[in-house]
Amino acid sequence: MSHYEAPIREPLVLGHKTYHDITEDIARPIEGKANKNWYIAFYISLAAMLWGFGCIFYTVGTGIGVWGLSKNIGWAWDITNFVWWVGIGHAGTLISAVLLLFRQKWRMAINRSAEAMTIFAVFQAGLFPIIHMGRPWNGYWVLPIPNQFGSLWVNFNSPLLWDVFAISTYLSVSLVFWWTGLLPDFAMIRDRAVKPFQKKIYSLLSFGWSGRAKDWQRFEEVSLVLAGLATPLVLSVHTIVSMDFATSINPGWHSTIFPPYFVAGAIFSGFAMVQTLLGIMRKVTNLEAYITRLHIEYMNVVIILTGGIVAIAYATEFFIAWYTGSQYEDYTYLSVGAATGPYWWAFYSLLLFNIIIPQLLWIKKIRRSFVWSFLISIAINIGMWFERFDIIAIVLSKGHLPSSWWRFEPTFVDVGIFIGTIGFFFVLFLLYARTFPVIAQAEVKTILKSSGESYKKLRDNNHE
Amino acid sequence: MALNRKYWQSVEELKDSSVVETLAKNEFVEEIPTDEFLGDKETLESSSTSRRDFLKYVGFTTAAATLAACEGPVKKSIPYVVKPDDTILGVADWYASTVADGFDFANVLVKTREGRPILIMPNKDAGGSTNARVQASVLSLYDNQLRLKEPRKGDSVISWDTAHLEIQSSLAQLKEANEPIVLLTGTLASPSTEQIISDFLAVYPNVKHVVYDAISESGTLDAFEEMYGSRALPNYHFEKAHAIVSFGADFIGDWQGGFDKGYAASRNPDSGHMSYHVQFEANMSLTGANADERVVTKPSDQVFALINLYNEITGSSLPSKATPVDAHVKEVAAILKKSASHGVVVSGSSDKEAQLIAFAINDALKSKVFDPANPSFIRKGNDADLAQVISDLKSGKVKGLLTYNVDPLYNVASGSELAKAINKLKLSVAFSVQNDATANNTQYSLPMSHFLESWGDVKTTDSNYGLIQPTIQKLFDTAQIQDVLLKWSGNDSTSYYDYLKGYWSSNVLVDQSWNQALHDGFYIRKVTNSVSAKSVDLFPIAKALEKSIKPSDVELTLFSSTALGDGKQANNPWLQEFPDPITRASWDNYLSISIADASKYGFTNPVKDNGAINGNYATVSVNGVSLENIPVMIQPGQAPGSVGLALGYGRKTSLKQEMQVGVNAYTLYANSKNVQYGVSIEKTSGPVHEFACTQVQKTIAGRHDILKETTLKDYINVDPKDHKNGWNIPAMVSYDHQEVEAKSIDLWDEFNREIGHHFNLSIDLTSCTGCGACVIACHAENNVPVVGKSEVRVGRDMHWLRIDRYYSSGVEEQYNKIYHKEPSSQSIREFAKDSLGLGDGAMYAALEKEAENPQVSFQPMMCQHCNHAPCETVCPVAATSHGRQGQNQMTYNRCVGTRYCANNCPYRVRRFNWFNYANNNEFDFNMNNDYGKMVLNPDVVVRSRGVMEKCSFCIQSTQAVILKAKKEGRKVKTGEFNDACACSAACSTGAMVFGDVNSKEDPIVPLTKDKRAYHVLDYLQTKPNVVYQVKVRNTNET
Repeated sequence: MSHYEAPIREPLVLGHKTYHDITEDIARPIEGKANKNWYIAFYISLAAMLWGFGCIFYTVGTGIGVWGLSKNIGWAWDITNFVWWVGIGHAGTLISAVLLLFRQKWRMAINRSAEAMTIFAVFQAGLFPIIHMGRPWNGYWVLPIPNQFGSLWVNFNSPLLWDVFAISTYLSVSLVFWWTGLLPDFAMIRDRAVKPFQKKIYSLLSFGWSGRAKDWQRFEEVSLVLAGLATPLVLSVHTIVSMDFATSINPGWHSTIFPPYFVAGAIFSGFAMVQTLLGIMRKVTNLEAYITRLHIEYMNVVIILTGGIVAIAYATEFFIAWYTGSQYEDYTYLSVGAATGPYWWAFYSLLLFNIIIPQLLWIKKIRRSFVWSFLISIAINIGMWFERFDIIAIVLSKGHLPSSWWRFEPTFVDVGIFIGTIGFFFVLFLLYARTFPVIAQAEVKTILKSSGESYKKLRDNNHE
Repeated sequence: MALNRKYWQSVEELKDSSVVETLAKNEFVEEIPTDEFLGDKETLESSSTSRRDFLKYVGFTTAAATLAACEGPVKKSIPYVVKPDDTILGVADWYASTVADGFDFANVLVKTREGRPILIMPNKDAGGSTNARVQASVLSLYDNQLRLKEPRKGDSVISWDTAHLEIQSSLAQLKEANEPIVLLTGTLASPSTEQIISDFLAVYPNVKHVVYDAISESGTLDAFEEMYGSRALPNYHFEKAHAIVSFGADFIGDWQGGFDKGYAASRNPDSGHMSYHVQFEANMSLTGANADERVVTKPSDQVFALINLYNEITGSSLPSKATPVDAHVKEVAAILKKSASHGVVVSGSSDKEAQLIAFAINDALKSKVFDPANPSFIRKGNDADLAQVISDLKSGKVKGLLTYNVDPLYNVASGSELAKAINKLKLSVAFSVQNDATANNTQYSLPMSHFLESWGDVKTTDSNYGLIQPTIQKLFDTAQIQDVLLKWSGNDSTSYYDYLKGYWSSNVLVDQSWNQALHDGFYIRKVTNSVSAKSVDLFPIAKALEKSIKPSDVELTLFSSTALGDGKQANNPWLQEFPDPITRASWDNYLSISIADASKYGFTNPVKDNGAINGNYATVSVNGVSLENIPVMIQPGQAPGSVGLALGYGRKTSLKQEMQVGVNAYTLYANSKNVQYGVSIEKTSGPVHEFACTQVQKTIAGRHDILKETTLKDYINVDPKDHKNGWNIPAMVSYDHQEVEAKSIDLWDEFNREIGHHFNLSIDLTSCTGCGACVIACHAENNVPVVGKSEVRVGRDMHWLRIDRYYSSGVEEQYNKIYHKEPSSQSIREFAKDSLGLGDGAMYAALEKEAENPQVSFQPMMCQHCNHAPCETVCPVAATSHGRQGQNQMTYNRCVGTRYCANNCPYRVRRFNWFNYANNNEFDFNMNNDYGKMVLNPDVVVRSRGVMEKCSFCIQSTQAVILKAKKEGRKVKTGEFNDACACSAACSTGAMVFGDVNSKEDPIVPLTKDKRAYHVLDYLQTKPNVVYQVKVRNTNET
């Protein structure tokens, strides 16, 4: 019997589940056949992905000119999408590492998928810095590798270079952390597999997990160490991404508030994306017993918190731009100039989706509603995309010299690549949902007897 | 008789054809054993060709076929087998020459590399100045699309010998029959050519020489003739002016040309008598944009205002009409009277009568600026003669037509009707550099050499002579008209070169050798002319004007644009892409209309989501002639009730598809009058026009520390750094609780820049007229690509150097009116908030909206070469870094194209190669054909796609200067660097000065410390190496 949990706490596993039930539930999507919905979703995603790849090939083959950029607006959808995807990738580490350190047991039902989402999102994010280059075939020049070009070295002053390090570190640590957690679950699938090929693959993936006590002990230790390593990354990655803007001299970018504000925004958007995905997944894969209202509510609480931080940051930005009295701050993305300028719709979209709509979550009924949570999470995803678009496009559209004021209109290629990454993301996620144990069953089993509904009831009844 | 020859291949065939027939039927003597090979299953099965062998064969044959199919790239560079003695590879040769295309006249230096002219610069020894078109003319040399390449008869190519033979016999026949022939040319201004023509006319007395200018100055010439006895244009010495009053004369832009230098000289605020310039005009011209006071005046009012001014000054009472600008006229009259001989009045009217009155005012003022004694001969056209020729052609009275350097089918109002008349002629010959509309219609078209391939001479005034010399071997099978006419006159043995040399020795050169004159490219002949004005009775003249000028609701002013001029170089992509200094639109002409009229007719210029401007189309009708589908551009400062339209566009014949832009305004140029009355405008419903502008925001949005301006009064009286009223207050920061100049604080230890060269560029906003010669010079020197209309439209022009143009907003106009000074960023916002009661949003909108008649400011903008460059820190691969000599350098090879540098550049001067602009059929301009590529500067790399580029301070030239000095064992001379940088070398007003701040004698040194000197956006402390001088406006107050 593990530790005691107060009866007042809601159970984290609903229904009368046994260890075996959990195993069955988690293994079902992998061992069974996919339903029609899965195939429909998969093919739509695949089509979007291929379309996006086509657009990428077109861009690389022809030139960045196929996008809607101009001499005055050098970035728009490319970096917007990059930051958006990186932001989404934030929830995974937070849930698995930070919540592990804080011993939050509720994370066990969602950390696997959140981390998968992180990794897939970082894949998407990583695409953009490469394809946005004028000469992506020379992209490896941003790596500090010894070379024969002479005494050429990368420029360590450049935030873009910091990005390279931050993103690659984040991706590798997340991947290792994720895989470590997967080992006992892969082993479980391996042990159940009947087809030789499947067995072979899962034995490879599980790295020879034997289930001995020593394995478990090392597993726990490594998890803790990795959690310790990954926690600073939660803060560092988006801090560094924000420095792409904060270290520049554009009014609206050059802002010391950016690092904490971006980190909060990233967690905000990451949790929203987790909500979106889980909202679908718990239905599709019949995991309602594991992903409960309580999980949804906890995540919504994080969303309210981080959303609040973001809202305060917005207000600060707006106030400071006004307070400087500098004419160059008149048109920053949060200013009267932006609200009355040609991008007023983007300005108000940002406020509506990121500040106003999430306030609904203060209402407990909404916070605990699957449908509402899902809808609000979609709104936040949109809002956070607008935040990055506003920061990049509105600021660049009104630079220092009025002669260089311009506007941005995306071309079909811009749109195609963005849709393509969404397709690519879902292709990966859907494949993952069919081949990976989507819930960390080994971990969930550890709380079944303390937080499982039937056990709690049993125990509480015994006490009375 | 038809030939019936029989060819045989062998004796057998000749003797016995049956053998051959049999053989021919049976091509393969032995049957090919296909059955044996494929039919025998066993053999096939037992054959030793294994699957592996088969794959080997397939692999080998595929590889071989692939290799054979690949064609190695053909390198077309051919090394010298025997190197010419005077050519050193990699070292440029400069030749002095003269541009005289009938519209532009300039003394120039031509830079050639390995026998190819690649750049044209003003010949400063000759006092030459160049404009954008002269700079760009080097590219027209290599125009293999439009240039006439060989003699043609109709559509077929003939040899020169045939052409000579046929035309000469035709001429002889016509001479025999004494049937009249017209030789129609543009202004030649070439004494030797005129001599050759008169010799030719002596041989063929039936030929009459008629001169016309596409953009006529006939009225001025007639007026001058009447008053001063010779048919010429008066000269002006604007450098002596204290007061300049212009009635619609664009003397800085395109009015006869070359006056900007003197004008700028008169505008020196330190001279103690900076000129005061008032411009009465309808269109917003380059001159009007530079004026101290610009009075919006309809064309008809301009004429009456001119008469009223005459009356005010002389106290006479010529008949006139009251105009809305009479109050201004009174003021101006007082100023002119005060300036007396330092005042000048110029008129842009094509009416002889108006010009006479302007001359009379200058005469009354005894103006020293106005110089009738040394008139200019760069326009000689005669409208009456032209009209006569046209009617004679139409009536069939004239039987033959020879044209040279003119395209009447394009640039005469009734030109299109001439085609039929020309077809009926017994002889029609076009001597033409270009395969233009006329050359396409004549029986014979004879290809002429470009001026860079020609010999020639020019006489612009009685004392100024220029020589033209070839700088390249002829590209095509061309000749010069002089040689042809010499031959036709029976002077077969003399070449034009010999003739020219002889002519100059005997008629021009007095105390100089031919070689020296040729080396210099010009010759000044000392003459002292004096003329006195004949007294002309102005009363009937004013009366005639009163009668002939019929003010109407809409009056049209036709003008030549800065980019295309009279349209001769319409196929020149550099000029097409050159943004108009005023509207900043490229690749177009358009009807400019006032803000008031636009709302009356319902014309709009919305900014689209991609940043580009759209417009409506209009149909303009004058005297029964209408021109359809003219795009409409709303022009602040346009006089209500007037519209403007640039000539020189709308050419179609032989032009590249991309260049066939705009509408042909010559069709409205009736009687060669630049003002047309009784115009009606109709809005075309439906399609919208897509403009390609390089700047969309019209005002400076209250950011006055970007472009600092002050009035002459404040300049003299107010301390520039005065905390409250100063006109050049540096950016301040708080340091240790003290307000200090931002530049005194630095996070880093300053790099020691006192050793070696350190380059700075100074740009004087007062003397910059915005003419754009520097833009094209930079284009030519640095192989800047042309991207085409659709790309310019979406904001992807590649100009390394641009000239930003800002209109003042209504708020600023109000401020000026109340405080009589130029606002600062701070004061204009306070004024908008406190005095006008505007909230933030309303204030922004008000500051963004241009005034109806705004002040205009120009600001050349290029890489500022910041010593603390924001671009340098953000490049992940260190592709842009700081040079030892102060330049911000761009390493194209290293660039991966993240565009971060461009985003972080507060001046937005970095240009990205969105596509491959060279060798790309999508961008079919000069970098996509072998001729056009000859203009490329071999010292500057042609950038590939995906890399960033920008101004380099012409590092290839400054390095060449340094190396040259080093080789010669001397220090770099003062001014050498200035002439190395394309923009400063091309600047005729001296607004741009480039030099080494570590060289004490360099003129740049005092400029960087001048009280007018400031850095754009100095609050950012980017520490640029480009320094601007505050613009000073003379408000005529003390």
